[in-house]
Amino acid sequence: MPDAAAILETRGLTMDYRDFRALEGADLRVQEGTIHAIIGPNGAGKTTLFNLLSGLLSPTRGRILFAGQDITGHPPYRIARLGIARSFQITSVFPHLTLLDNVRLALQAGTRHGYAFWRSDRVLDQFTDEAMQILASVGLDRLAGRPAAALPYGQKRALEIGLTLALRPRLLLLDEPTAGLSLEDAARIMEPIRQVARNRTIVLVEHNMGVVAALSQRITVLTRGRVLAEGTYAELRTRRDVIEAYLGGAA
Amino acid sequence: MARRIGWAALLAAGLLLPMRVYPVLAADILAWALFATAFDIMLGYTGLLSFGQAAFFGGGAYTAGLLTQRLGVPYPLNALAAALAAGLLALPLMGLAIRRRGIYLAMITLAFGQMVFYVVNEWRSLTGGENGVQGIPRPALGGVDISSSTAYYYAAFPLAVLGLLLCWRIVRSPFGRVLLAIRENDVRTETLGYAVHRYKLLAAVLSCALSGLAGGIWVINHGFVALDAVHWTTSGLVVIMVLLGGMGTRLGPLVGAALVLLLRDFISTWTDAWGVVTGTIFILVILIFRQGIVGTIERLLEARTRPAPAPAPAVEEVASPHRS
Ligand SMILES: Nc1ncnc2c1ncn2[C@@H]1O[C@H](COP(=O)(O)OP(=O)(O)OP(=O)(O)O)[C@@H](O)[C@H]1O
Ligand SMILES: [Mg+2]
Repeated sequence: MPDAAAILETRGLTMDYRDFRALEGADLRVQEGTIHAIIGPNGAGKTTLFNLLSGLLSPTRGRILFAGQDITGHPPYRIARLGIARSFQITSVFPHLTLLDNVRLALQAGTRHGYAFWRSDRVLDQFTDEAMQILASVGLDRLAGRPAAALPYGQKRALEIGLTLALRPRLLLLDEPTAGLSLEDAARIMEPIRQVARNRTIVLVEHNMGVVAALSQRITVLTRGRVLAEGTYAELRTRRDVIEAYLGGAA
Repeated sequence: MARRIGWAALLAAGLLLPMRVYPVLAADILAWALFATAFDIMLGYTGLLSFGQAAFFGGGAYTAGLLTQRLGVPYPLNALAAALAAGLLALPLMGLAIRRRGIYLAMITLAFGQMVFYVVNEWRSLTGGENGVQGIPRPALGGVDISSSTAYYYAAFPLAVLGLLLCWRIVRSPFGRVLLAIRENDVRTETLGYAVHRYKLLAAVLSCALSGLAGGIWVINHGFVALDAVHWTTSGLVVIMVLLGGMGTRLGPLVGAALVLLLRDFISTWTDAWGVVTGTIFILVILIFRQGIVGTIERLLEARTRPAPAPAPAVEEVASPHRS
């Protein structure tokens, strides 16, 4: 395992918000084809890490390598086009567009139908079937014609994941996909994620230790912006410092 | 079917307009309807609130006016040159402005508008300063006589309609879908893989070029252009027209433009304070119908059939500098 190729690697990644250091010298190696969990208490810097990886923030110091290529400071759209897609902890969809149009936008993103202002938007009908399949995979196909704003919270979370899956990325960054969901809704959302995990790489921020233990091959523990430990669930569950920092409450 | 009849009725209304109102006003309505519809590509469909559109409308008007007066460039080449000039002017100005959002975008575009006003005012040898460009003739390609106001209306009509059709196509194209996404949530659009700045810039350049075309149609109608074309009140007026008619709706800007111009014409026959009256009507409409006239009608019609797919945003959603 340690010899396998890292699809994602960070070196000394540091992020300062004005005078507050949210991430400090984070080194991370994510092996291709694994589910790699990032855990840590509130404010540990998990979302900040994702914002750096997806290009929404530029690091104060450090580098990010994806598939051997340095992507530090690349704009978000270029990172997305290279094959890194993310979901948001705070649901981020297109509220006044229908679910179908939400997903079709994600599908359209990978094509050359972007700047064609002289063509009819009927050319986007070619994405309808695929969009419906994706909506079905997250249990939303029956609501395809509804505007996203009309959905209850749990289904908005499902759409959030659907948008990310629709990009068919090599690497998925999922920021607390089950945040605020009932056990039942959480299981429903994790199922399509489990499906795509078969031939993709996932970095998963998750507070639910049951989900982390069941899904992930490796876990990185973040506290106060630093990497505290890395290993398998079996290795970490017995470490005192990890338990004190985080698992204490859950284990 | 009902839709076809609606469009045919609109076309007929357009063709009959100069028989109901005097032809110069009719052609003014064409020009401003195009200006407002073009501006709505930015305001209603992309969420870019610019307060400097006079630079492009007026810039187009001065370009067409000067080309015609000094070089005898005939219609419609002079109007098309106005579109080109406005598009080129938009490239650097909007390229900088779209780096800002919400109220900051409004402020920077207002500043650019003032800059253009200043240049036009100071560059007297070219623009005539406060006197403006007077006595612009009306040559036409192929020697067609469009010197009468009615003839000019029918010459301007197809060009304005083509401009409107292009506006409507842009907002209902694959590109237009991305613009809607940007209006809704630009961060998410970017993380899906769209270069949001390039989309905003293309939307702005297209919108401004079509505004320039409107300015060209307008100046040839009047035969002169003065500083009021590049004044900030012109930028404000087009915002009012779009909000009044309903931003992010197909016919809203056109309805808003026609209404404001007809009202101005009607009211100015008995008072000079037409601005106060239109202003009051504007405030009342926006307070009662936040989606504007057409937006509100669409809402009511849709409520009877099915839930709205993409309702236009309310005024305050566009004006507020959301997120970061
Ligand atoms: N834009 C910002 N400006 C200033 N400080 C910020 C900003 N964003 C986050 N922070 C701070 O950085 C720290 C890390 O925040 P981050 O959102 O990355 O934590 P997290 O691990 O995702 O926490 P949670 O589990 O609550 O989602 C927190 O202390 C937070 O208050
Ligand atoms: Mg977080």
